[in-house]
Amino acid sequence: MPSAIDIRDVSHSFASRRALYNVSVEIQPGERFAFVGPNGSGKTTLFRLISTLFPLSAGEIDICGDSVAATPSLVRQHLGVVFQSPCLDRFLTVRENIELEGSLFGLSGATCRSQTALLADRFGFTDRLSDLAAKLSGGMRRRVEIAKTLLHSPEVILLDEPTGPLDPSARRALWELLDCVRRQDGVTVVFTTHLLEEAEQADRVAILDEGRLIACDSPAALRSSLGSDILSVRPLDVAAATQSLHEAFGILPQSVDGSLRVTLSADRNALARYMQKPHPEVASLSVASPTLEDVFLDRTGRCFTPVEPLVKGASHGHR
Amino acid sequence: MGTASPSTRLSCATHCGRGIQAAAALAWREWIRFVRQRNRVIGAAVQPVVFWLLFGAGLGPSFSLPGEATADVSYFQYFFPGTLLLILLFAAIFTTISIIEDRREGFLQSVLVAPLPRWSMVAGKLLGGTMIALVHAIPFLVLGLVTSGIFISVFQLFAVLLWLGLVGLQMVALGFSLAWRMSSVQGFHAIMNLLLMPMWLLSGAFFPVTTGPLRFVAIINPLSYSLSVLRRLFYLDATPAIRDMMIAGLPTMTLSICVTLIVTFLACVMAWILAKGRSTGEQP
Repeated sequence: MPSAIDIRDVSHSFASRRALYNVSVEIQPGERFAFVGPNGSGKTTLFRLISTLFPLSAGEIDICGDSVAATPSLVRQHLGVVFQSPCLDRFLTVRENIELEGSLFGLSGATCRSQTALLADRFGFTDRLSDLAAKLSGGMRRRVEIAKTLLHSPEVILLDEPTGPLDPSARRALWELLDCVRRQDGVTVVFTTHLLEEAEQADRVAILDEGRLIACDSPAALRSSLGSDILSVRPLDVAAATQSLHEAFGILPQSVDGSLRVTLSADRNALARYMQKPHPEVASLSVASPTLEDVFLDRTGRCFTPVEPLVKGASHGHR
Repeated sequence: MGTASPSTRLSCATHCGRGIQAAAALAWREWIRFVRQRNRVIGAAVQPVVFWLLFGAGLGPSFSLPGEATADVSYFQYFFPGTLLLILLFAAIFTTISIIEDRREGFLQSVLVAPLPRWSMVAGKLLGGTMIALVHAIPFLVLGLVTSGIFISVFQLFAVLLWLGLVGLQMVALGFSLAWRMSSVQGFHAIMNLLLMPMWLLSGAFFPVTTGPLRFVAIINPLSYSLSVLRRLFYLDATPAIRDMMIAGLPTMTLSICVTLIVTFLACVMAWILAKGRSTGEQP
């Protein structure tokens, strides 16, 4: 069985800047996979390359064994794409929107009607079929959009920042829905997000930064690659705090947004010794198990969500 | 669902059939969008009456035609084909605004990722636009024929409708090509007014462009040829004196038909090539 998505050595440049550098990722059938990265990391570019909207200039992408560059029509048949911006026509009813999609994918009238009824029943919008799309709530609109992409039975669903405009309860509902689709239909779900907590839900996560793939693994494996815990110190005297941390743990602490961080090994003795001593150079400290945010920080030396000073000069954090 | 779809290459015939099915669905969507926007429908219904009143009553007293046949021809009769063209022209061009809206609303993207040949999307847009343009022009045609005293045969009527369809397609294709790269509706309006009004005025719709440097503009203006055929069709059976006056300065029938066919074809090809070239379906 070919991989759902096989990205090999993909680079992409716009007129003035390079957006992707030699990205390679292989996504297995049935996986729930997240591309995560801050704004401008190249994830949307990659999304457009996969969904055949941008022509591929360097590298190769195969979807279910078919090449994006050579056979885009076949690839489009494998894919169901949900875009960031809502794509329902607001002047058409829900039913008309879905049936229009059916026509675009070459479904016959009868097949399309029975599929529409089935999907509406399953996704819980049977009573809304005759309503204009403009009247739907944001969450319901997304629901219909996802149902619409399932009409032609794609093997892979691609979603670009699917929860963007939704409130928390609609987000939860959407994830449950996608999970249900994945389990029942065996569809591979691939999404982009700029929220690390959303990426945590994926089986595997590819973290992108400035066009480069900096990590790709399951969230648990990524977290544990950092060691067991992270000590974060907010210093009063940076030089003294750096030195005492270096002495206690044998490694130079990372300086991020004004705090110093040390990744701890499983051995807690060093931490215990450090805590026993008085540290007048330290304002506060915390120990926490690593998150994907820490993974990002570890690989890039920067915060995933950089602290933007609200008042000019209020923060002296390193960006 | 989720079972493997046939990984065989789609046959050419299936591909073509699908393209036509999708084009029809997209044209139908344009139509539904038009019908569901009440202000557009009201505009289309009221516009012919306004133009009819304007040209019938407003401009009458200040109008005089050259030549001796003036007495037999009302000003409305002279303006009728040109006004019909104007209505068609604006309706056709402005339906293509929907491309800009489609891009803004994300609808275009979902069409671009469907397994369709690109001509299918273009054809849907052009056919839908032409249909809407005709719906704007036909009421004025009927109103004019009923009230102006221009008598035409069924054959002429049929030919006029066919011609309106062709010219409508030409203008929609032109509008499509211009709108495809536009990012804002405002920009589209600005360009259109800059281009369309002179084109229409210098087509011979309003006054005969027979001499002077504007003559050159009239020659390169595709609307001169669209108008020429329309005028000739209406006055096919008129007395020579009236006909000569009506078609003064206009190119011949054969030339006009040929030029219009070629321009329409080129405009459609241009729309197709532009649509093939850009694929993101997003704001530039």
